[in-house]
Amino acid sequence: MATQKYICKVCGYVHEGSSAPDICPQCKASASEFEAMKKKGISTNSNSYTIIYSVVLVVIVAFLLAFAHSALSEKQDDNVKLDTKKQILSALNINNVEDPQAEFNKRIVKILNIDGSENKPVAEFDVTGSDKYQVIYQCDIDGATKYVIPLTGNGLWGAIWGYIALDDNKSSVYGIYFNHASETPGLGAEIVTDKFKAPFIGKNIKRNNTITSIAVVKKGQTEDNRDCVDGISGGTITSSAVSTMLETCLKNYESFLTK
Amino acid sequence: MSLSKKNKEALLNPLSINNPVTVQVLGICSALAVTAQLEPALVMGLSVTVIVAIANVVISLMRNTIPNRIRIIVQLVVVATLVTIVSEVLKAFAYDVSVQLSVYVGLIITNCILMGRLEAFAMQNGPWASFLDGIGNGLGYAKILVIVAFFRELLGSGTLFGFNILNYDAIQEAGYINNGLMLMPPMALIICACIIWWQRAHNKDLQEK
Repeated sequence: MATQKYICKVCGYVHEGSSAPDICPQCKASASEFEAMKKKGISTNSNSYTIIYSVVLVVIVAFLLAFAHSALSEKQDDNVKLDTKKQILSALNINNVEDPQAEFNKRIVKILNIDGSENKPVAEFDVTGSDKYQVIYQCDIDGATKYVIPLTGNGLWGAIWGYIALDDNKSSVYGIYFNHASETPGLGAEIVTDKFKAPFIGKNIKRNNTITSIAVVKKGQTEDNRDCVDGISGGTITSSAVSTMLETCLKNYESFLTK
Repeated sequence: MSLSKKNKEALLNPLSINNPVTVQVLGICSALAVTAQLEPALVMGLSVTVIVAIANVVISLMRNTIPNRIRIIVQLVVVATLVTIVSEVLKAFAYDVSVQLSVYVGLIITNCILMGRLEAFAMQNGPWASFLDGIGNGLGYAKILVIVAFFRELLGSGTLFGFNILNYDAIQEAGYINNGLMLMPPMALIICACIIWWQRAHNKDLQEK
């Protein structure tokens, strides 16, 4: 608590402290003759002051936040779009390119709908738009056709997502990318590492032309009727979330993938 | 540049005998959450330093006008606004950093060190002293986070800043395995407790009678 000033009503002596002195050093008046002095004329403890203060503060803050958001949102959206493109390129094993935008336009040939019909031209397609999880990116890597399928699911604490790149046979994995919003660092969050992603490459998502997806299983275990990769020890829920995400998302593209 | 004795104390005491984590026991929650690896721990420590310094200055400038009964709410509003604006700016101009910080930015708002310093220091002191106090407490917090994260990452994952230190076949064959428990939050609490133990053993002033 800040110190307060007390004034002696008898002689006008001003005392500074947390409470009035027992006797006035000038006129020997008792403590009851002292009165607390108000600072700068306004009492910061009155109800009306408190209400007006809080209203003004909230209005200023709301204005500041709204201004910051609207001034920066365009730049933020651009960053998100560019980052999404980087993620798609990463699924195609293209990392750390100098100009991701140009690289994206070069590699992505067509945007296809879930059933394989053509969506919009690449330049007009919004990678963060509402239909971002219902498309297939047809890509060209040095003459070979690859298909990138977006994935989305729920991890332990929040969203997880990724992109899986398939070879021309629509079965074997060419590259893969995972990311997450808030998985446990050191455990579930390890799904972004190469150590987790590398075993996916070369695995098949189809057997006998039906979609089996790829299972993420406990280290060393296998499943008879489909391809498996090792999960993360300590990150069991995130690992199985990845497994579920792959299965659910790939099933959506069944008509395209089994055609 | 010379500092007065009081300002010097405001800046340097939090690094040692008045450390926010080990002596004031503030900010323990985030110390558990972000110390599984060194990099997020360092980033979190520096972000808290910046935010606590700015918030301290703002509250210190406003301190004479703040109504006593709603002072905690006012402090919270100032902190939340600052953190939100910083996060928006990062998203626009340093997207990679903001992705890396992700949830930690939100965690800064709930960090007890901020509220503790605002209430205990900035409400009574001038802007310059408050700024130094903010920097001191932020760095004191960062220091503990980095120490805890060093042990947790080294013994838990066998790496430091993501670089491999202990994951070599020769070491693994000799019977050493990474301790998974180190990656769990309870281990952070135990390491914190060990630091407090060590500090109290060396500082007679801190021991309770």
